[in-house]
Parts: sequence; structure tokens; C-alpha cells
Amino acid sequence: MSAEMPEQNPITAPEPTAETAAYWDAADEGRLVLKRCLGTGKAFHPPRTISPFTGRDDTDWIEAEGTGEIYALSVSKRQGAVHCIAYIALTEGPIFLSALTRCDLSAAKIGQRVHVVFEPCANGRRVPMFTTVATD
Amino acid sequence: MKNKAFIVGAYEHPTRDAIDIPLAQLHAEVAAGALADAGLSLADVDGYFCDGDVAGWDAPGCGPFSMVEYLGLNLRHLDTTESWGSAYINHVAHAVQAIEAGKCRVALITQAGRPRAERKSPAQMHSEQTQSAYEAQFELPYGPVVTNMYGMVAARHMHEHGTTPEQLAWIKVAASHHAQYNPNAVLPKVVTVEDVLTSPIVATPLHRLDCCVISDGGGALVVVHPDVARDLDRPKITPIGAGFTVKHLNGGYFDILASGGVKSGAAAFAQAGVTPQDIQYASIYDSFTITVLVQLENLGFCAPGQGGRFVAEGNLIAGVGRLPVNTDGGGLCSNHPGNRGGMTKLIEAVRQLRGEAHPAVQVPDCHLALAHGTGGQLGSRHGSATLVLERV
Repeated sequence: MSAEMPEQNPITAPEPTAETAAYWDAADEGRLVLKRCLGTGKAFHPPRTISPFTGRDDTDWIEAEGTGEIYALSVSKRQGAVHCIAYIALTEGPIFLSALTRCDLSAAKIGQRVHVVFEPCANGRRVPMFTTVATD
Repeated sequence: MKNKAFIVGAYEHPTRDAIDIPLAQLHAEVAAGALADAGLSLADVDGYFCDGDVAGWDAPGCGPFSMVEYLGLNLRHLDTTESWGSAYINHVAHAVQAIEAGKCRVALITQAGRPRAERKSPAQMHSEQTQSAYEAQFELPYGPVVTNMYGMVAARHMHEHGTTPEQLAWIKVAASHHAQYNPNAVLPKVVTVEDVLTSPIVATPLHRLDCCVISDGGGALVVVHPDVARDLDRPKITPIGAGFTVKHLNGGYFDILASGGVKSGAAAFAQAGVTPQDIQYASIYDSFTITVLVQLENLGFCAPGQGGRFVAEGNLIAGVGRLPVNTDGGGLCSNHPGNRGGMTKLIEAVRQLRGEAHPAVQVPDCHLALAHGTGGQLGSRHGSATLVLERV
């Protein structure tokens, strides 16, 4: 099968809120951060002030490793460009909706290791996506 | 729940392309059809049930005011519970509760939509409908649309259970076998597994023929108090079990193959006091082939992971297989009005229980049926409603 590379243009720009500004500021610096529930110790995603597990606001930001494996994926055409949406099971636990980038989609498989890379979107802010880890 | 209320009226609009029929008029036409079927009129209706997207004001939950005015209803009860395509299955359960509580005696449920006439793509609708949600900034940059979100569910099922594209294709083949007898079906032609597999990929691993049709139209039901049913010359069809839940992503800790059907199905069967093996006919929401396969597993018609084997070789075809499913041709071949499949699922279940399905697909002596739907995204968040119906 011939290589099939995704194209990431244009990416819909996120619209941060006071609750999420720290996440997107970190992404602009090339860092992936997650929220953690202090009541349960579990990292979660998407980030919010109130824990999805306890309903309390005792949550803090943690640095994520930016690694994980593909949980599910689907390749399609998006505005004429090859696109691959994917759920990534992060090393910290939560499954993260994202997209694959900078890798050959014809070889991308569920269970494959991936790491985060940051792609610029329409307004110049950077969005975390994932690329496959070479295993040769 | 049994014998607390009866479905006495059902009507599916014959149109699939409502370019000349405004939305409010579509609702009124299906209302008239279902009431005529019941032998009742608009003047008898004292409870109205509709989704939050009904014709009227854009303000969520307020659209029904103008719809109620258009219909000329004089109400004691209004229920606008929204759970997208599963809403109407939920509405039947709510209508039974309202009738039992004395809030109304004649409940009218309408559904209509015209995505073809409005020329809105599912992708455009998904983006418009979700952009104000808290999670939108963490999802929309990655291009989620209906097709690739369902594609991920199919990909995961294939990975975990070895399900094949051929097995998924059998679900479309079964729908097409049923649709050939439905003169209103969008796709009345019988297709083969090979036809499905050679149709273009829309989002891996799903092909174009793994998808449902996009159609305009709608349908309506009339649910009444036992005293009202007694005076009408209609078959007695009563809801005997109902379940509902919302499946969501739980902070990122979820199983994409466990839909809300796990909970809503178990609740409905428990209340009905029957098991999946007792069901003679099932209407299963079929936005995509994978939707049917996952729901059949989640409802307990087969073991988890066995859905591929269960649906293959015509097992869902009336007169051929063990479980006839969507004998009107379903959303896959007949109708998916307004991108919401719950109403047509209920209507075909009523036809089967009345013995009014097409003779070629009628289940002999059908007295126990199920209607089930997930409204929203199977691969993320959705409302899931299950209803068990009995002819008494």
C-alpha cells in the first residue's frame, strides 16, 4: 500500500475560556497539560474546573508525558484533504480525541504507540495532535 | 407499565423529499395521519410531545409554542424532552407516565425534519449543533463529523473482535431485502455484500452503503388512556418496559463499544419481565451498519463481540434469519427523516405488532417487539432509549 500522509490545513481554531486558557497557553509552548482530580487522583480530559468524578473544584494542572497509544481511528477526506481522526489512550489514563499527523496513515493501527506534536491552526495557536512512534 | 396506556395511532409520512412542505406543515400532516389512524381528531389531544427542534422559535424548548398554535391544540400537558434521534422512544415512555398520572388522556407525539430540502450536510449540522458545548474547543479542531466518529467505533470493534467489513455489509443487505417491499423507500434495490464493499469509503472502515439515507419527512404516534382505547377499534398495543440513559465520555474513561443501550436495554427488559430471546421483532436504530451491530450486542441479543457473526448470512432478514430487524428497510434504505431515526423505528414496530407490515416481511403472530435508539454520537455522547411493546 502506498504511503498516505494527512494534511492539516485548515484546523478549526479553538476558543479558550478562563477555565481552559492554561491548556492552550501550554500548547503554544509545546507542552501538553491535563487536569487532575485531587479527590480521586485521576487525570481527566477535556479540562474543566469541576471534577467529572466528584463534582468538586479541587482540581489541578499536571504535565502530561505526551505519549499513549491509538485507541480508535478513522481516515476520511476533510475539505478534500486526507484526514485521520483518532482517540488516543494517554499514558496518564484518559482517552483523548485528537488527529494523527506527520505519519503514514496506511500503516497506522489501533494499539500503536504515538507521541504528541503541535500543529498551528488558522489563528496561529497550536493544537496537540499525535504521530506514530517508529518501531523499526 | 403494561396496560396503563395504548398506542392506537401511527403514521409515517410518505415523502422523502419535502422541498415544498414547510416544517410546521410536515408536523401537522403526520399528526393528522396518526390521529386518523386512531379514529381521533386534534380536538381530542390534551398532551403533546415533541423534540426541542420542532418548528417554531429557535429558543430551545420554546419552539413548541408556535407548533402547538399551528396545530390548534388545547393542552393540559407538554413534554419537549430532547434526546435527538432517540427522543420519540423516550416520549412514548413519558406519555405512559403522564397518562398514568392523570396529566393527559390523548398524547400526540410528532417528529419531522427536512435536511434534504434545507441542503445541510451532516458535517455542517454537527459543527453548528456542538459549537457552544464546553468540549467543542477540544474536539472541533480535530474535524469530528458523523461519519468518522462512527468509523472509529467500527474500527475499534474490528480490532477487539475481528469483525469484518463483510459482516457489517450484511446489515445493509438485510435492510435492502426489506426495502424492496416498501414503495416509499429511498433505496428500494436489493444489494449484495459485494455492492457494499465496492461502494466508496466515506470514513474508514465504513463505505457509502454502510450509511443511512438522508431524507425529509417524519411520523407521529397517538398514545391514549385505556378508557379511550376501549372505545376505539384499534389493536391494543401497550408499552411494557422502558429504559433511558445518557452515555458520555466520563472525563476520558469510557468503552467506545458500550453504548447507552447497555443500561437502557437492561432497564427496559427488567421492567417488561422479558428477555432478548423473547423478542420476535426488533427496530434497531440504523444510522450506520455499525450502529445496529453494537446495539444488538449491548441489548443482549448476542454476546459482546459476537455481533459480526450474529448479523451475517441474512440473520436479520424476515423469514430467513432468527431476528427480523427494521423490516421497513430502516434508516439504511427507507427513511431517516430529519437525521432522527427513533420515530420510524416505533412505527414499524407498531406495524409488526398489528400485523400490518408488508406480507413479505410480516413476522407471524407478532406480539412482542422492541424499539431502540441512540440519539447523538455512538462514539461519544448520546441519549439511549429502549422500549418493549406488546400486543395484548
